[in-house]
Amino acid sequence: MKHTDIPHEDTIIMTGEAMEAAIHRMAQEIISENDPIDALVLLGILRRGRPLADRIAAEIHRLTGYQAPVGSLATTLYRDDYRSGMGVVKSPKGETHFDFNVDDRTVLLVDDVLAAGRTIRAAMDEVMDYGRPRRIQLACLIDCGNRELPIQADYLGWQVGTTPRDWVSVHLHEIDGEDMVLVEERPAIETDIPPVDLDS
Amino acid sequence: MADGGWSRKDLIGIEALSRDEITLILDTAPQFAAISERSSGIKKVPLLKGRLVVNWFYEPSTRTRNSFELAAKRLSADTLAMTAASSSSVKGETLHDTLANIEAIHADVIVIRHGCAGVPHILADRHASHIINAGDGRHEHPTQALLDAYTIRKQLRLRLGDPEATLDGLKVAIVGDVEHSRVARSNILCLKRLGAEVRLCGPSTLMPQGIAQMGVQVTANLEEALADVDVVYTLRLQLERQAKALFPSLREYIRLFQVNTATMRYAPEHALVMHPGPINRDVELSSEVADGERSVILDQVSNGVAIRMAVMHLLVNGGGQE
Repeated sequence: MKHTDIPHEDTIIMTGEAMEAAIHRMAQEIISENDPIDALVLLGILRRGRPLADRIAAEIHRLTGYQAPVGSLATTLYRDDYRSGMGVVKSPKGETHFDFNVDDRTVLLVDDVLAAGRTIRAAMDEVMDYGRPRRIQLACLIDCGNRELPIQADYLGWQVGTTPRDWVSVHLHEIDGEDMVLVEERPAIETDIPPVDLDS
Repeated sequence: MADGGWSRKDLIGIEALSRDEITLILDTAPQFAAISERSSGIKKVPLLKGRLVVNWFYEPSTRTRNSFELAAKRLSADTLAMTAASSSSVKGETLHDTLANIEAIHADVIVIRHGCAGVPHILADRHASHIINAGDGRHEHPTQALLDAYTIRKQLRLRLGDPEATLDGLKVAIVGDVEHSRVARSNILCLKRLGAEVRLCGPSTLMPQGIAQMGVQVTANLEEALADVDVVYTLRLQLERQAKALFPSLREYIRLFQVNTATMRYAPEHALVMHPGPINRDVELSSEVADGERSVILDQVSNGVAIRMAVMHLLVNGGGQE
């Protein structure tokens, strides 16, 4: 696929409107699963999980009047790909930050895309190093399959079947200036293997 | 370095590092500082889980060794300490043989301090493990310079309320025994690479010949050195030097070069006071200033652990294996 500024319509799997509806529905589900709601705290996984966590918390507040504390989780220090030499160290885009205690709370992890599940594994390990939550739950905007660990979302915006060649790209207005979710072809990784010519 | 990555196997000195590499280390450190500051829970992350870090110190050192050991432990590594007295060097074993033996027990990182300049460099070239120089002769002490630059940058950012502030244009005076100081050498290289202006002040007998070629101003006048500075960096006066008659008397040294409440009046009010430790109280630095509001000496100690965690993480996990 050629990358252009205006995405091709076929590649959009979620519009801004659908995203708003999904967040509303997820908030309702979170409220009905968490009664009383006031033990709930949210941790958004950086980078795009954080604005999503803020939006879900705002929606919960609109529906119940409860303002849940929201924090950020970086997970970079708990990744499992450093050991195999796959990790690329870059200067971090953000750091874990929250100023509440997780002991005996219900911690809702929020991320944009759930795929392999490795980020969520790292996030759970990180949270457990800060205390002992009563429960950990997971909310994701998109589940695109390709799981490598036995992890599932408790609250899901949209499920889409993808292959490892597909790249699910979540755009949020707080970071990208617009709300939408696209499925694009993964940018080609340069290798010595010549590409297969499908026409011949 | 364009993508902000790391590609070195070892940390031997500041001299080889680019500004981008130094900045990457400084930018990697805050997340590690946060681990030590966790008020509840576990002050550890699993980045070096199951790795072996050997602290191999041929010269006496308590705080640097403890700092490296704590840094390794906060990264979940196993640690082993070796000192010259306990090593086989006293039985005549060569450096290479000792290192080969450390590697035979599968050490991943070897932190070395040695009295001879160049030893970490020679070892790094011939061995596969990650070598970190914790001070070699009068050559370099790179992690000290990095933690100092980190401390200055952190304090500057706090003071200005600007999280992006850099050391460009900052004025730093290094005062004392520059001649015998690898800390001074590494600091000059590091600060200059980050765009700061460095002035040296001390008795001419404790000032290396030709040091001005490093692009620093040299003066024996403390008032001149401290005018307009942002940082006053005091060096430890190694008292045994006096036996070699490198300065006439301790009293004269104190009169001319001690950083104290009176001499700090030469510097602007915002100027920070730093010292690599251990301090000779009321020799190079008065107790009043060392314990005063402008002193960030204990912040240096805390930051040392974070910087050493950042260095070990970058060397081991940064893809720098050959």
